Amino acid sequence: MSELGFTPNEMMTIAASRALKGDDVCFVGIGAPSAACNVARLTHAPDITLIYESGTIGTAPDVLPLSIGDGELCDTAVTTVSVPEMFRYWLQGGRISIGFLGAAQLDKFGNINTTVIGDYAHPKTRLPGGGGAPEIATSSKEIYITMAQTKRGMVEKIDFYTSFGHGEGGDHRQRLGIDTKGPTLLITDLAIWKPDPETKEFTVVSLHPGVTRDKVQETCGWTVKFADTLEETPAPTELELNTLRDLKARTDAAHKGEAVGAKRGSKDG
Amino acid sequence: MTKFLPLSQAVADNLNNGDTVAFEGFTHLIPTAAAHEAIRQGFKDLTLVRMTPDLIYDQMIGMGMARKAVFSYAGNPGVGLLRRLRDAVENGFPHALEIEEHSHAAMANAYEAGAAGLPCAIFRGYRGAELAQVNPNIKSVTCPFTGEVLAAVPSVRPDVTFIHAQKANKKGDVLVEGIIGIQKEAALAAKRAVVTVEEVVDNFDDLHPNLTVLPNWSVTAISVVPGGAHPSYAHGYYIRDNASYLEWDEIAADRDRFREWMQENVIEKSADDFAARVEHLRNVA
Repeated sequence: MSELGFTPNEMMTIAASRALKGDDVCFVGIGAPSAACNVARLTHAPDITLIYESGTIGTAPDVLPLSIGDGELCDTAVTTVSVPEMFRYWLQGGRISIGFLGAAQLDKFGNINTTVIGDYAHPKTRLPGGGGAPEIATSSKEIYITMAQTKRGMVEKIDFYTSFGHGEGGDHRQRLGIDTKGPTLLITDLAIWKPDPETKEFTVVSLHPGVTRDKVQETCGWTVKFADTLEETPAPTELELNTLRDLKARTDAAHKGEAVGAKRGSKDG
Repeated sequence: MTKFLPLSQAVADNLNNGDTVAFEGFTHLIPTAAAHEAIRQGFKDLTLVRMTPDLIYDQMIGMGMARKAVFSYAGNPGVGLLRRLRDAVENGFPHALEIEEHSHAAMANAYEAGAAGLPCAIFRGYRGAELAQVNPNIKSVTCPFTGEVLAAVPSVRPDVTFIHAQKANKKGDVLVEGIIGIQKEAALAAKRAVVTVEEVVDNFDDLHPNLTVLPNWSVTAISVVPGGAHPSYAHGYYIRDNASYLEWDEIAADRDRFREWMQENVIEKSADDFAARVEHLRNVA
């Protein structure tokens, strides 16, 4: 905890939650996106529809799920459909307004790698792979990405294009016949980024309280572009912070209760 | 008409060396007991198909049973990576593993096409995705009506699919509820379908008419294995054993520790041991 009274990760989750609206239909990735989506639901967007790829539509979990298929997602959902129906009718059918993704490796055009570090055939590190993300990235009307900044994570060139963002930038999506917007927002633990309207390169538009330009650059592997007028992200309100902390406390208690030792964070599943 | 068999016989009768096999379950209802029985019987050269390979394929790959894996997310859900699978892909240990990698949308469509008796699945996918360049089974077709270029992948047609379900009735009809995943499609896509269940009830007369049911004539064999999905869960029976998923990350990280764990917890055990493993997870379900 800093002297600001909140951590960079809390600021990231809360800034991400603010981007969601009550009428959004959001396809939720596990981990940071899941926390942000549920904070939105518990604060300013109670009517938001949250969808997890296990087939749960309109879910409202009391605690954050450890995997995308936890039973509580089904218990609290409006309906639960099969996995083919989820991907065909609801995602491919164009019914998702926001796909909310995390990333192992990200480049400045919002392309995501979750497949391998190194060469595909002879990888240095074999990561889990794409799961639902390749089609979430192109079939959702737009994409929000959230991740904590590191030089290993935010790189000039990703090792594998698991999920397409803006490709090489500009009109690359349109040239491939992709008619959805792609990444429109990146929320990190330090800043809010939006793609340049022409080049599509992510540009810092808002620094979180107490964050400097140098700090953003030090934890990013490409040369960072900053908007001409940089805003400061409003600090978390008491309601936002309490909601997030209560949610995390309930989640920790629940996971301890059901599984001694289940104390580490979640990853995509 | 299906047969009720002990799990050891259901596996011996329906799985062969060299088969293409799916042990399906999307986080929920994972057929762990059936996979462990297959490990005890020591099958070889299997092509393992599954959207999220999970612990049981990590175990089968680590035991050297797999020639090839077809998958869309090779992770330990909620924890991280699959370390035996990684060892096979990165280091060829215990032997090289061929992989055919897809996205979830592709696998879901491929199972559905298999269940529908089609040779391939067509969907809007893989746009800009590099998998299309490294997997020769990802191709494209042009819609004859609109000209839109769509992705095409071969349907999945396993020799045999194993799934776990909540219950069967005495006639052998099978009920799956909760997160239903891909199990119905995986069962109907396969030449043979083997189902483990938590329990057998007299009939399904008081159930909602649309609950997922595989009629008895679409199921090859049923084995009653309470707790058979552990450490995954069975909605309405017991919850997910998250501690086991976390523990697996450490067990699988070391080749020797992995072999010792497999010897003690799989090779020297039987399907009857699963019920006790979920006792502490039942009261909170």
